[in-house]
Amino acid sequence: MDIIVLIKQVPETSNVKMDPNTGTMVRDGVESIINPLDLYAIEVGLQLKEEHGGKVTAVTMGPPSASKALKEAIAMGCDEGVLITDRKFAGSDTWSTAYILSAAIKKIGNYDIVLAGERATDGDTGQVGPNIAACLDLPLGTYISRIDKTDCDKIIVERLLEEGYEKLEMPLPALLTVVKEISFPRLPTLRGKQRAKKTELIVFSAENLELDENLTGLRGSPTRVVKIESPKVMRNGIMLSAKDEDQLEDAVNKLVEFLKTKEII
Amino acid sequence: MDYRNIWTMAEAQNGKLKEVSFELLSRGRALADKLNESLVSVVIGNNIDKEQLDQLIFRGADEVLVVEDESLDDFIVETYSNVLVDMIKEMKPNIILAAATVNGRTLMPHVAMRIHTGLTADCTDLDIEKDTKNLLQTRPAIGGNILATIKTPQHRPQMATVRPKSSKPLELDPNRTGKIRYIEFDRSLLDNRVRKLEARHDQDRNINIQESDVVVAGGKGMKKAENFAMLQELADRLGGVVGASRDAVDRGWAVYPQQVGLSGKTVTPKLYMAVGISGAIQHLAGMKTSEIIVAINSDPDAAIFKVSDFGITGDLFDVLPLLIKKLNEEVKA
Ligand SMILES: Cc1cc2nc3c(=O)[nH]c(=O)nc-3n(C[C@H](O)[C@H](O)[C@H](O)COP(=O)(O)OP(=O)(O)OC[C@H]3O[C@@H](n4cnc5c(N)ncnc54)[C@H](O)[C@@H]3O)c2cc1C
Ligand SMILES: Nc1ncnc2c1ncn2[C@@H]1O[C@H](COP(=O)(O)O)[C@@H](O)[C@H]1O
Repeated sequence: MDIIVLIKQVPETSNVKMDPNTGTMVRDGVESIINPLDLYAIEVGLQLKEEHGGKVTAVTMGPPSASKALKEAIAMGCDEGVLITDRKFAGSDTWSTAYILSAAIKKIGNYDIVLAGERATDGDTGQVGPNIAACLDLPLGTYISRIDKTDCDKIIVERLLEEGYEKLEMPLPALLTVVKEISFPRLPTLRGKQRAKKTELIVFSAENLELDENLTGLRGSPTRVVKIESPKVMRNGIMLSAKDEDQLEDAVNKLVEFLKTKEII
Repeated sequence: MDYRNIWTMAEAQNGKLKEVSFELLSRGRALADKLNESLVSVVIGNNIDKEQLDQLIFRGADEVLVVEDESLDDFIVETYSNVLVDMIKEMKPNIILAAATVNGRTLMPHVAMRIHTGLTADCTDLDIEKDTKNLLQTRPAIGGNILATIKTPQHRPQMATVRPKSSKPLELDPNRTGKIRYIEFDRSLLDNRVRKLEARHDQDRNINIQESDVVVAGGKGMKKAENFAMLQELADRLGGVVGASRDAVDRGWAVYPQQVGLSGKTVTPKLYMAVGISGAIQHLAGMKTSEIIVAINSDPDAAIFKVSDFGITGDLFDVLPLLIKKLNEEVKA
């Protein structure tokens, strides 16, 4: 069973800076990590491989420095890493990103399952997975919380909904986006790290892929960021302390009053 | 471009329209009035009775387009996408709004990819740009640290998913009139690859923290699972549900659908109460846009107090029981 896991490199903290002119992220000087929600996808891929054999290929599109994320994925147990990188791809929105990733997946070929995270913690859209399924016409399962059963040509999965779960059955190849509940990501091992050092990454650029360059990068992206604002967070609310009985009584009374004026009760 | 009118996607479950269908209409109405175009509610499902369809008109729609079939009972993204893509190609709407729910956030990107247009996820604000008449879509990004405004200048329709609870339905006006039109669809559009086998609505999973007006959330300060019963009691008094920080979920005191934050859910209730939660940046990302925030924490320097409208520094094991007691007295009085 051959598996492709899509991982994105994101800034370490959620306190990143934006370039007000371009509306894109300033990535200089910020430590990068694998999108935390993609670790669950990697783990699922590795478990499927352990159960059914085959190989797991981690794929990322980003600047050359995104190779670090691929090395980390290999250190966790992935067999190969594919880096899709080209200046022309800079500024891609979810449509263009999915278009480019789809071309790469086609080129890699021979896969049974494509796994993606629920969403990336920077862009936070969760669109790229469903986009790719549409582009490649693959059966799609989003918000997958469990894999019940799989053999070489079909899979049964559980999907997390607002009000519970549903079970879906679909043929392979298919694309799944997974939620945190599905697994508990393992840590990279020392041996894995050594293997990662030795493993040569596969690199794709625009020339290697069958795509219309007009549909990639900022030029190919249907959406445009027109404004970036930082909302203020400080609220300067009422602060009371409840160190002794009297203070406690007073604070709770005032809270009840507060909830009343706000028409909560 | 001869793309006209605003479509909002109604969401139904077991033949019943969800509240968010009406919230979207109030968003759509404002845009339709600015553009002087019609507001159309699109209903894809099965067995939606006439009374409910009327409700869509009473709450703002000029027209309701209904696609009904047994095979549309279950949300299968490929089928819904086939139907919607077909309708879009035929009728060319200018704007399409859907709810940023599990299904909306699955269907819309699938459709947007196929018709080659932009899609903005999880918007909290929508407006029309004066000169160009483009849709301005504002959304929080990077864990709520920034608000980005996005537009789709060259492609139509302009598509967005809208955060549930970020707007209120319009007052019901039974004098409003409008057309209800049933749309035929070609059965070749049915996807026969994906099959829904069953649905499970677990009792303890049956918590939709994004839909509730009140969320009472607990963190590591709650000390153990049993203490979450206190939060449940408080939530019951306030007509709300229980949420949790990641630490509480990781310890098994609450389940993942209850997790608020960067790797959990984003909530915007009327009241968010954080009990024994420190207010780590990843937690704030999921709740800081709540209307009112109340925090109870023993540490006066806890970051949660910075975003609070009302904070009590003290031991939650003193504060909670007394608060519950006082609220019980309120109910009796
Ligand atoms: C990539 C990433 C994603 C993350 N995603 C999320 C997410 O989605 N959601 C999330 O919540 N976190 C998330 N986190 C974790 C986050 O950084 C914090 O670790 C977490 O929110 C802390 O949870 P907490 O506030 O319950 O625990 P703590 O930070 O330990 O806070 C416990 C609080 O309880 C108070 N307390 C203790 N005892 C009492 C008492 N008796 N009375 C009153 N107060 C008391 C303490 O003063 C303290 O402030 C994420 C982290 C990373 C790295
Ligand atoms: N540049 C990228 N390279 C590889 N995978 C990506 C990229 N962007 C998004 N993805 C995948 O798509 C998922 C959703 O991302 P997003 O739509 O950006 O929230 C992520 O969790 C990844 O699995």
